[in-house]
Amino acid sequence: MLKSMGVAKQAVHADVGDEIDVSVAVGVPAERSAARKVLPIVEGVVLVAALLAPLVLQDYLTVFTTRVIILALFALSFDLVWGYAGIMSFGQALFFGSAGYGVALLARDLDITNIFLVLPAGTLIGLTFALLLGGFLLLGRHPSSVIFVSLGTLTGSYAADRLARGWYYLGGQNGIPSIAPMSLGGYEFSEGPAFYYLVLGILVVVYLLCRFLVRSQFGLALAGLRENEQRIAFFGYKAQHLKAIIFAIGGAIAGLAGSLYAFHEGFVWPNMVGVVVSTQVVLYVLFGGSGTLIGAVIGTVIVEGVSFWLSDNYRDIWPIILGLLLLLVILFRPLGLISFVLGERERVGSFGAKIKEKRNAP
Amino acid sequence: MLLEAAGIKKVFGKLTALDGAALTVGENEFHGLIGPNGSGKSTLMKCIAGAEVPTQGKVAFVNTDITAFTPTERARAGMSLKFQITSVLPTLTLYDNILLALQAQSSLFDLVFSRTRGALHDQVMTMLTQFRLADRAFDAAAALSHGQQQWLEIAMALAGKPKLLLLDEPTGGMSLEERRVTGELLQPIKKHCSLVIVEHDLDFIRDICDRLTVLDQGKVLASGTVSEIQANKSVQEIYLRRA
Repeated sequence: MLKSMGVAKQAVHADVGDEIDVSVAVGVPAERSAARKVLPIVEGVVLVAALLAPLVLQDYLTVFTTRVIILALFALSFDLVWGYAGIMSFGQALFFGSAGYGVALLARDLDITNIFLVLPAGTLIGLTFALLLGGFLLLGRHPSSVIFVSLGTLTGSYAADRLARGWYYLGGQNGIPSIAPMSLGGYEFSEGPAFYYLVLGILVVVYLLCRFLVRSQFGLALAGLRENEQRIAFFGYKAQHLKAIIFAIGGAIAGLAGSLYAFHEGFVWPNMVGVVVSTQVVLYVLFGGSGTLIGAVIGTVIVEGVSFWLSDNYRDIWPIILGLLLLLVILFRPLGLISFVLGERERVGSFGAKIKEKRNAP
Repeated sequence: MLLEAAGIKKVFGKLTALDGAALTVGENEFHGLIGPNGSGKSTLMKCIAGAEVPTQGKVAFVNTDITAFTPTERARAGMSLKFQITSVLPTLTLYDNILLALQAQSSLFDLVFSRTRGALHDQVMTMLTQFRLADRAFDAAAALSHGQQQWLEIAMALAGKPKLLLLDEPTGGMSLEERRVTGELLQPIKKHCSLVIVEHDLDFIRDICDRLTVLDQGKVLASGTVSEIQANKSVQEIYLRRA
């Protein structure tokens, strides 16, 4: 390897000139190819498995897996906010559930079920609620503490849950049942492979958008925000604005997931906006590995899969077993399951790399 | 004057850390802030940088009253701070640490679409080379020695091309050789930047500073050129004698 670096060094010198000691930049392609190996493989394996799943799974399991994929989309929203920007949102279900309620009302009261109307509407509801709550919690003149934000979001979610339970228009404790299926022209999306592939397609698109975002220079700013908010404010970053923006994006994704969930399940109920679901999504992400997008997806699949299997086989004690498993992972693998295969350097990534690679190509 | 801080008072509970301190720095001036432990040097730096809000007094920067500015606003006005405790971002590479500092004032659109990444590459490498860190560009900052972390942090503080750089104990924990190099690294920035430097190493201060301000118990004991301060009797009594 040293030899090949030496050759590359000469090539660079010939190419760029002597002003800058570029010899070091040469390490990049080699390091990059070594460092960027695991993540694409994991992503590829998960994608292939997801594409094949309905072909091998029984119908009721395809329905279950569709639900899991929607929850994985929801987990991405929390991962962006916590794993990438360091904002502890204990109320992520507020955006998930309010969008669910929103589209349920559209379907019930206005007969609007067209996919091109309800999904954007749900996304917009999530975005709006996140902007409102985020604006209140994050946009003070001075940075807000993690405790303040986590309690604020938790309270928001709890209040929404109580509100939904007590409001007759929203169906009270029972929520809104029998939501008409989502439609496209004359076609209705009911549970099954079609719904599955729709949701998977959406997950893939959102995942790629998130990946683009977290690997951009904006992603570098988020990394700075996560590691030392005060420091980057002294560089001149408007740290609070960055937080509010990513919080709103997270809210929009949660809203999209919530509207898919409402149509997939065919009903919404107060838990969907409440603390239980808010905590659940925290567990998915911590379990899988926060700060990696694929970790959020894997965490959701494993937590939901294991719960499903345990509840079938250990009917009475499964929540205790699950709780212990989660504790073990969080104690011994604070970076989540993904850290078994993914090194620290690759998890954090590097942000100027592409350019350098181009420049240093012989 | 580039910076004029006057009548700065800072009270923490029962402790009066600063009691009417003042500091004036001209353009392209290296200004040393010295004084015994607990004399209020770091607190004065923080009040100037915006990390602390003074209880009383006024800070003016380029003829603008910035007393109520947030750190972000001060940074955007051209002021930069290196903290006493190194606060490089340990998990990021050196390259990304510098890029993070350089891109701070890019627009949101440019950040999301990484539009300044290419244009800033040369600047990142130049800064790393200037601070003798280029061969470590793609190591995580946590892997650097303490002295190198200080250099990285100075480079980051200089990235936004500030008019004024506040350095709080840049040579703390450095070897003699590292101190000498730090002095060398700082000299070239004089062309475009003023410096306020808090430092215990008086030789270092004498070597690089034009003017000195001596604080004692939250008040200014003396202020003037290096030779004036060296000749000042009361300064000798409280401070230089011990050094």
